[in-house]
Amino acid sequence: MSTTVQTATAQGKKAPRPEVSDRSRAENRLGQKLVLPAIILMLIVTAFPMLRAVWLSVFDYTLTAPDDRNFVGLSNYLTALSDDLFWKTTGMTVLYMLVTVAIELVIGFIFAMVMHRVIFARGVVRTSILIPYGIITVVSGFAWQFAFSYQNGFVNSWLPGIEDSFNWFGDTLPAFIAICVSEIWKTTPFMSLLLLAGLAQVSEDMLEAAKVDGATWWQRLWKVVIPNMRSAIMVAVLFRALDAYRIFDNIFVMTNGAEDTASISFLTYRQTIEQFQLGMGSALSVLLFLSVLLIAFLIIKLFRVDLAAARQE
Amino acid sequence: MISPSRTRLRGRPGVRRTASAAVLGLACGLLASCGGEGKTSLTWYVNPDGVEIFQEYADSCSTDDYDISVQQLPSSATDQRVQLARRLAAEDSSTDLMNLDPVFVAEFANAGWLAEVPQEKAEQILSSIEGDGDYLTGAAETVVWDDTVYAIPQWANTQVLWYRKSLAEAAGLDMDQPVTWQQIIDAASSEGGSVGVQANRYEGYVVWINALVEGAGGSIVENTEAGRDADVTIGSEAGQKAAEVIQSLAESPAAQPDLSVSNEGTVLGPMWSDPGEFMVNWTFVYKNYEGQVGAAGGPEDDQAFEDLGWARYPATVEGEESRPPIGGIDIGVGAYSEHPDWAAEAAECITSTEAQVDLALKAGLMPSTNAAYEEVASSGDYPEDLVELFRDSVDTGGPRPKSAFYATISNALQTQWHAPGSVDPSSTPKESATFLEAVLEGKELL
Repeated sequence: MSTTVQTATAQGKKAPRPEVSDRSRAENRLGQKLVLPAIILMLIVTAFPMLRAVWLSVFDYTLTAPDDRNFVGLSNYLTALSDDLFWKTTGMTVLYMLVTVAIELVIGFIFAMVMHRVIFARGVVRTSILIPYGIITVVSGFAWQFAFSYQNGFVNSWLPGIEDSFNWFGDTLPAFIAICVSEIWKTTPFMSLLLLAGLAQVSEDMLEAAKVDGATWWQRLWKVVIPNMRSAIMVAVLFRALDAYRIFDNIFVMTNGAEDTASISFLTYRQTIEQFQLGMGSALSVLLFLSVLLIAFLIIKLFRVDLAAARQE
Repeated sequence: MISPSRTRLRGRPGVRRTASAAVLGLACGLLASCGGEGKTSLTWYVNPDGVEIFQEYADSCSTDDYDISVQQLPSSATDQRVQLARRLAAEDSSTDLMNLDPVFVAEFANAGWLAEVPQEKAEQILSSIEGDGDYLTGAAETVVWDDTVYAIPQWANTQVLWYRKSLAEAAGLDMDQPVTWQQIIDAASSEGGSVGVQANRYEGYVVWINALVEGAGGSIVENTEAGRDADVTIGSEAGQKAAEVIQSLAESPAAQPDLSVSNEGTVLGPMWSDPGEFMVNWTFVYKNYEGQVGAAGGPEDDQAFEDLGWARYPATVEGEESRPPIGGIDIGVGAYSEHPDWAAEAAECITSTEAQVDLALKAGLMPSTNAAYEEVASSGDYPEDLVELFRDSVDTGGPRPKSAFYATISNALQTQWHAPGSVDPSSTPKESATFLEAVLEGKELL
C-alpha cells in the first residue's frame, strides 16, 4: 500500500484521499457552522472595505465636490500606472523594504542566537531586546527625529566625520537613512522573535552529530542550523517584507514625504486624506494591495517552502 | 428552562431597578447629550490660538437651553482641516460649531458640510462686501461661496511689513511711501540685513506666492466655481513677476540661511541681531516682541523696541498697490448638527463685537468688524496707526483662491515652486500652470 502511494506521489499525482467516517463528516459540518459567524464578520470588516475601494476606484470622485462625481472606468489606474510619481514612490518603497529587511534579518538572527543561547539573566536579556517592538511606531519616529535633529539631537555629535550642523532631513539619502534606522530599530525584535522560534526547532541531536563529525561552528550554522530554519526564515522575511512595504508612520513623522522620501502608502494617504480624492486614492490602495499580494507570492516562490509540508499535513 | 440565578433576579425587582439604573447611568455617562440636567451640549471645535478666550465665550454664550463645550483641534491648519473633514464626511451630528481657516470655507461648503448662515446675518455680511456693512471687506469675502454665506468671520488676520527703522534709514528707504519687494531686497543687501519670508514647503509659502501674484494684478486660478474646470492663470505675466521676486530674494545676500525651511517663527529671530531685517508676517508680531523686551531673542530694551517699524505689505510691481494676505478664523455651523438654530445663535454670540475686542486685546488676534476695530484702536493697547494699517490690509487684501479643490491647488504649487532657489521666472509659472491643470483634471498624481 505504502509503495503505491509513494509511486503515485513520485509521478506527481495526488495521493487518494483516506476514507472519512460519518462521525468526522458530522464534526466537520459542526465546525463549519461554528465558524460561520466569524467568517461573516470577517467579510464585513475586511472584504467590504476592499470591495468598496474597488468600486470607488472607477470614479473620478472628490469628497469636497460630490456633484462632480463621474464614472471613469480604469482611467485612474491608467493615470497612476503612467505617472512618474507613482513609480518613483514605488521604487522608494521597494528600496525601504530591501534595505530594512536585509539588515533586520542579519541583526535579528544575531539577537535570536543571543536569546537562544544566553545562560545568565535570560529574562532580562530577552526583554531588553524586545523592548523597542513594544514602542508605538509614531513614538519611535519622533524619538529618532529628535535624535537626528541638528538642533537638539545626539547623532551628529556621536558620529565621527559628521558636522554638528548637518541636517539629516535636508536631502534624500540622509533622510532615507534616518527613516531606515528608526524602522530597523523598531522592528528588528519582531524579526528576532520569529527567528528564535525557528532556532528552537533545530534538533540538538543533529547539531551534536555534526559536532562529533568534526564540523566547525561556521559549518554547523550554514549546513545544519540555517537549512533547518528555512520555514521560520521565510515567515520572518515574508511578514517583515509585507510590513516594510506598507511603511508610513516613520515617513509621516520624520519628513512628511519631503525630499522624495514618500512611499506608496504615503502617496495613497496624500491622495485620499489630504486631498480628498477618493477615486484616485482608492485606485492607489487597490494597486498597493495587489503589489503586496505579488510580493508575498514572490517570497514564497523564492524560498520554495511548502507551507503545508511544514505543517506536516 | 430558566436558570436559578435568573429566577432570583426576576423575583427581586429592587435588584432589577438597580441594575437598570446602573446601565442607564453608564450609558448617560458616555453620551454627552445626557449631561447636565438634560441640557443639550453644543460642541465647538476650536483651533489652539486664543483657547482661553474661546472657553470664556463658550461659557458666557451658553443659555438655559444649551451649554457650549469647547474641543481643541490640532495645531497645524492641515491637521485641523483633516480632522473636521473626517467628522463631517461621516455626517457627525456632534460637530455643531467649528473654527475654520478661511480657505476651508469654500471646500466645506461645496461638500455640503456647512449650514447656511441665517438670512439677517448673511445680508449684513453680503452688504459688507459692497462696502456698506460693519464687516471688513476682505474678511466678509472669505465666508461667501456660490453667492451664499456659510460662516461668520470671527477674527481677521493679515500680513504687514515689519522692519527695523534704523535699517531702512541707513539704506535711505522712505518708508512713508509704498515700497516694493525689490526695494527692500536691495536695501537689506546693501546694509548686511535680511528679508524674512515664509518659504518652507507648506501652506505659508502659498500665502506668499498668492500675495505676490495678486500684487501683480493676477491670480493663481480664476472661475473657481467651475471646480476642476477652473481657469489656471498662474502662467500669466503676473505669475512671472511673482517668480522674479522669489528668484531675486533667493539669489541675493538678503536671503536668510534657512530660506527654504523658513516659517512664521523662524523669521522672528533676525530682527534684533544687527542690523535687523525686513520681514513679512502676521499681526501677532507686535504683541510677541512687546512681551519679549529684555528677554533672549527679543528687543534689548524699550528703546530697541521703539526701533520696530511697520508698513503696508510690499508691492510686487512698482506703482501697483499690494494685496496683503488674508487669514483669520471663520465660525461655521455643521450641516449635520441636531440643533442648527441654537448653533447659529451661539455662532453669533461668540463672534460678537465684545468677543472680538477681547481676542484682540488678550490674544493679539485682530477683529473682523469695524465696530470692534474702533474699540481696539481706542483702547491704547496698540499704536493707532498700526491698528489702521491692519484694518486697511484686511479691507484691501488678496484672498487665496476659493475652490473646492483648494488643497490640490496649494499642494501643486508647493511641489512646483519649492525650493525658492529653484524658481525660474521663465519656466516655473508656466510649468506649474500645466501641472496644476493636469492635476485638477485627474491626469497626474500629486
